[in-house]
Amino acid sequence: MPLLRVDGLVKHFPLTRGVVLSRGRGAVHAVDGLSFEIPRGGTLGLVGESGSGKSTVARLVTRLLEPTAGEIVYDGTPITHASARALRPLRREIQLVFQDPYSSLNPRRTVGAIVAEPLRLQRIGTRAERRARVRELLEVVGLNPEHYNRYPHEFSGGQRQRIGIARALVTTPKLVVADEPVSALDVSIQAQILNLLGELQGEFGLTYLFIAHDLDVVRYVSDRVAVMYLGKIVELSPADELYARPVHPYTEALLSAVPQVEVDARERLRSRIVLRGDPPSAVSPPSGCRFHTRCSYATEICGAVEPQLIDHGGGHVAACHHPLGATPPAAVGARAA
Amino acid sequence: MALLEIRDLRVSFETRDGTVRAVDGVTLSVDRGRTLGIVGESGSGKSVTALTVMGLTRLPNARIEGSVLLEGVDLLTLPPDRLRAVRGKRVAMIFQDPLSSLHPLYKIGWQIVEAIQEHERVSEKAARARAGEALAEVGIPNADERLSSYPHELSGGMRQRVMIAMALVLDPEILIADEPTTALDVTVQAQILDLIRGLQAEHGTAVVLITHDLGVVAETADDVAVMYAGRVAELGPLARVLEGPEHPYTWGLLRSLPSSTASRSEPLHPIDGAPPSLISVPSGCAFHPRCPYALPVCPHAQPRLIETTPRHGVACHLPVATRRLIGAGIGASEARV
Repeated sequence: MPLLRVDGLVKHFPLTRGVVLSRGRGAVHAVDGLSFEIPRGGTLGLVGESGSGKSTVARLVTRLLEPTAGEIVYDGTPITHASARALRPLRREIQLVFQDPYSSLNPRRTVGAIVAEPLRLQRIGTRAERRARVRELLEVVGLNPEHYNRYPHEFSGGQRQRIGIARALVTTPKLVVADEPVSALDVSIQAQILNLLGELQGEFGLTYLFIAHDLDVVRYVSDRVAVMYLGKIVELSPADELYARPVHPYTEALLSAVPQVEVDARERLRSRIVLRGDPPSAVSPPSGCRFHTRCSYATEICGAVEPQLIDHGGGHVAACHHPLGATPPAAVGARAA
Repeated sequence: MALLEIRDLRVSFETRDGTVRAVDGVTLSVDRGRTLGIVGESGSGKSVTALTVMGLTRLPNARIEGSVLLEGVDLLTLPPDRLRAVRGKRVAMIFQDPLSSLHPLYKIGWQIVEAIQEHERVSEKAARARAGEALAEVGIPNADERLSSYPHELSGGMRQRVMIAMALVLDPEILIADEPTTALDVTVQAQILDLIRGLQAEHGTAVVLITHDLGVVAETADDVAVMYAGRVAELGPLARVLEGPEHPYTWGLLRSLPSSTASRSEPLHPIDGAPPSLISVPSGCAFHPRCPYALPVCPHAQPRLIETTPRHGVACHLPVATRRLIGAGIGASEARV
């Protein structure tokens, strides 16, 4: 049984006009029918640009938001509409690491207090026991346990991110949702944090949902990768397979857009796919395939009929009427294995 | 003669916490029509160097030494009125976050017209016509109508195009772009870099592109300068620096990229430690505390930038032969997965 299963997840944020009489004016379709699974101990990478809905997914999975429709099943238990009280014990098991190490730590509390807080809220251990646990974790993430009484501003960005990770691990969670955990860090520090996350996963048997926009980072950390566009998954596949043989035109464009550190990088520009225009609005997504307005392979059917996720073999699914390099797809199976 | 020559530039700021040595002896040059990429992480001094060229660091607590020669004229000693004639007209700059660089309360047409009229005696009507042409040239659809839009009505990518239009409308000789695509999605980044390259080819503008992203440098720069702690570590033609890097910091940057590892099961190779605070820069070679190849001399003597091959300068105490041997193994000509 997968640790996390998400089925047909939908989140619409209603827009209203007027103060006294709030009238509905449509909604932002942030997440519009998402399905995936993460096996115990595995890492699913979630990639997408602004407006793809990936951060909303992070908040839905950790139940900081309640879905508009669909199902979230954690360790066999549906948590889709669970009450705050029912969720509380689960909050030990599902934790979140945030993007910005500067705004995710309370500047007025000591590092020790910050890392201890989840234990305090869950009423785990005595004060002395919590202190010991915090010191243990500071060491695990590569910080000096003696810095328990320091304040966030006394640490660098990379160190603050380690503090955020320590806080996420202090309750021995099973599922860690990392929402852009290294984007705000210098390149040479990113590698340190990625190594740390990898070690911790091995040591504590963690399961990761790793959300990022940096394709090279996602490829390195993930077993499987899901590509999101405007609230939907357009492609999902084992990591190396996705990068070697993308099936969806958006994935192809995304991969082609990433600048590579190569001597002949300029040569590569000739074959680069430069997408036209900006991502369309999530308030009124395009008809049919949401990507068709920017897709160079689009035909009439693309604007009329929404493509379903189809299995292309080996656990590689994609939703496209004109999949790239297509061998005829296998029988329809809407959910990724 | 190079179009722009920065010679032994030093910029420091007096603060309550001490003296911030932001730029500590930087010598760089930019040739007509070519692109210089300046690569560095936080605290490398790359942004302050650019701001100083534009005369934007003339603050009461700033101490500026050295020279910045634009076709032989030292910008650092120009009186304010003459500097204003240069800034915007001969040397233009665009910044990372276009939302904070554009005035939120004025329509973009007005802002571009203001830039034109600041430097040229033209009627508003004529200036407005040029503004419309500039917007069209940067690929903004319905350019004339767009002149009446406010910045917040445009997407990030569009706003950055507006910034580029504003910077290029007066046909400057040099465009300084400080992290122009860092805040943008990767597909939008590809569009913007494509635009800058195209405009450069069309107008013959020299470009100084400041970034932390080695990939961006690889595909846009002719020459590259790697900066660390306010100094230039390595400088040379792009192909030389990427194929045969000769500074341990450059090696560290290249090796820490996730794309440089063959497989997921291999840990990444970060640089230990973190970039130093510019208030307490390490003695001798600023990189020595993090350098795996540090020699006994390194903490005691600051290495000077010395050209080992024509135009390829490196500031390092390691013998040239040793550096070449190590660098060849790390260089980007190696095929990577």
